[in-house]
Amino acid sequence: MRRLSDSELAERTGLRTLANRLLYQGVRAGVSAGQQARSRFAAARELIPTERLARPEPPAAFDLTLTEEQALMRETLRRFALDTMRAAAPAADRGALDPDYLAQLSDLALETVAIPEALGGVAIERSPVANVLIAEDLAYGDMGLALAALAPLGLIHALSEFATREQMSRYLPAFTGDAHVDAALALHEPHARFDAHRLATVAVRDGVGYRLRGAKCLVPLVERAELFGVFAELAGEGPRLFLVEAEAPGLRRVAGGHMGLGAAGLGRLELEGVHVDASALVGGSSDGDTPAYDHARAIDLARLGLCALALGTAQAVLDHVTRYCNDRVAFGEPVSHRQAVAFAIADIAIELEGMRLLTYRAASRAERGDSFHREAALARIQCAEKGMQIGSQGVQLLGGHGFVCEHPVERWYRQLRAIAVLEGALLV
Amino acid sequence: MINLEIPRKLKAVADMAHEIGASLFRPISRKYDRAEHEYPVELDALRSILSGMEDGGATVGAGSIARAEASGEKKIRNGKNMATVLNVIELCWGDLGLMLTIPGQGLGNAAMAAVATAEQKQRFAGKWAAMAITEPDAGSDSASIKTTARLEGDRWVLNGEKIFVTCGARADLIVVWASIDPSRGRAAIKSFVVPRDTPGLTVTRLDHKMGIRASDTAAISLVDCEIPRENLLGSEEINTRKGFAGVMQTFDNTRPSVAAMAIGVARAALERTRELLAAEGVRADYRRDPWESDARAAELYRMEAELEAARLLALKAAWMADNRMPNSTEASMAKAKAGRVGTEITLRCVELCGALGYGDDELLEKWARDAKICDIFEGTQQIQLLIIARRLLGKTSRELR
Repeated sequence: MRRLSDSELAERTGLRTLANRLLYQGVRAGVSAGQQARSRFAAARELIPTERLARPEPPAAFDLTLTEEQALMRETLRRFALDTMRAAAPAADRGALDPDYLAQLSDLALETVAIPEALGGVAIERSPVANVLIAEDLAYGDMGLALAALAPLGLIHALSEFATREQMSRYLPAFTGDAHVDAALALHEPHARFDAHRLATVAVRDGVGYRLRGAKCLVPLVERAELFGVFAELAGEGPRLFLVEAEAPGLRRVAGGHMGLGAAGLGRLELEGVHVDASALVGGSSDGDTPAYDHARAIDLARLGLCALALGTAQAVLDHVTRYCNDRVAFGEPVSHRQAVAFAIADIAIELEGMRLLTYRAASRAERGDSFHREAALARIQCAEKGMQIGSQGVQLLGGHGFVCEHPVERWYRQLRAIAVLEGALLV
Repeated sequence: MINLEIPRKLKAVADMAHEIGASLFRPISRKYDRAEHEYPVELDALRSILSGMEDGGATVGAGSIARAEASGEKKIRNGKNMATVLNVIELCWGDLGLMLTIPGQGLGNAAMAAVATAEQKQRFAGKWAAMAITEPDAGSDSASIKTTARLEGDRWVLNGEKIFVTCGARADLIVVWASIDPSRGRAAIKSFVVPRDTPGLTVTRLDHKMGIRASDTAAISLVDCEIPRENLLGSEEINTRKGFAGVMQTFDNTRPSVAAMAIGVARAALERTRELLAAEGVRADYRRDPWESDARAAELYRMEAELEAARLLALKAAWMADNRMPNSTEASMAKAKAGRVGTEITLRCVELCGALGYGDDELLEKWARDAKICDIFEGTQQIQLLIIARRLLGKTSRELR
């Protein structure tokens, strides 16, 4: 695999701004200690950060303006989404990931945006809003690729929220190293009435640590990930998050086929009495300033990630049908001159904006530390329902052309069905 | 920086509006639903309360909508447009019909606030102004109105018939849309301030309506009705490039408020339904997923999501107006969404509460009758979709009809 140099890449994709900010700062060169050890995630005490990521200062006024940094990020990611992800998406959906695409994604170094400076990243604040914007913009390229790209961030954000400082300094530096490291959260379980708050996967104490038993499904990057965050019911204490390395004995990984999201590498994790050390319990041995693990918060933050994906893909649908219906001529004029068509497109725009505002509101409440359980629930309801409607209309408005894979709308249709189903994969 | 919470200052004002809705409107809500066409004398007390609130920088009612003043500041403002949306929601949570007939707060006041000269504003200060646009043969197609205004010396002479004039029998002034040259099309349509006691102006009928019965809806006939030349709002010149856009501009500012009306009524219905269902053991407190909940609870969640989406769309449109961003599309989105979910939610609440919902011991059936108008007046659902679609698709009104 030929890796482009940073400057070549910047030249080719026009990623100058993000490249300047992230790559030329040399963040990738930062940490290599972990890679020498048997595990990437060897303890590295000297890197313990002195402070957790701060919360951004909440503004007083109702405002929908992006910060300068968010706007810059948006511009860069939208271009990456359109120029790079759209081209890679059709093959990736069938499971064939273009190595060139992976190299370009890896060079974006998205993980560094979530990791504190002390651990090799560039993050200063913990911002669910920024994370929602990133997910939205990448899903504008392709939801499957976005999920694959962001799955490691889901785990990183979970650690930023709930891990002890020792855990952060042990696990996070690996994500800023030269080689790209994949990781994913595993919440969903393979039965029809799955409830994120009642997990069948269990963890029991076994003296020096815990033993995990159960099955997880819809786990992104299941074959590529080196580290999993597994949600399991800890006997007597409720749901908890455990870190399980891919090579752990008793862990089986099974790739699966799905309606959509082929690019995300979804599959099952089977845990047949997997032993983990006591230190694998996220937030377990609290160091005083670690907040107690809050499962409801974790689930809600992950729902916002899903909502954000729906926003990006629904926007892609809107832009595509707008162009198509203006170009497509029937009965002597563009089909967009008919109210039946034009109104359907107006409805997409209305519902998408509603989805977006609900998601942003929940994320901004989460960011400032306000309760956001209700807001996340409302956002999820609208994003699941309206997102799917938009996906369906996207195909409908193209007629037969929407049903064949020449256009991306059939792929977006299959992806948008996942919004109501997927849980826990993309914590923001 | 993204933040969708209401600033404390505006919340305090909205709390006052809520208090008016709760303690002044609600107790007489059913009374004036039954006593259609009777003037709600209780509202006279509002004149002083509202002027007190407005002195404090707040705005209440449809009439104050277009008064956001220019500001050179770059700072993000949460101003009068947003305050108005928030206040209208609370007042209409109280009662939509009563809110529409608050003395001195007519749609004509909004039009004057948007386009009147300083002299006109001063001359008509303190007056209650209704708005007369619709005619028996011209509704959404307001460019095809047949009412005419003929200049004779220094007087305009108006002739025509107007219907659906909200507050038409109660207001002091009626802002009448009329053509100064029927051969010149929409650009020749101007608006005129006509005092209601002008000879030749007659209220010919008060309509009986499905809902908002506290608000009078009048039919008006104008026969050789003479007004001073200075009562024309805007310019006398027929400018084919932007003439009609001027009179339509009022609606960019009022559409978020109409969305707010629907949101207020729907919230009232949803809250009451939640209470009635709670008494039957239906809990909708977000502890469980919709799919693990009672079907009624799941429906409450779904409706609340629809309502919250509509509310945020209305706030966004108002926020854009406050910050001088063009918001025509967003205003229409807010009205389209709120208009349809307002009707859907209030009707579903009747259904969810069964006999309690349908009977007149509760206000649910009334709210379901009231809400429908919000999807019709100041641009129907279909007109909003046309506006949005033309913008999105880059179409003219000739291409996308």
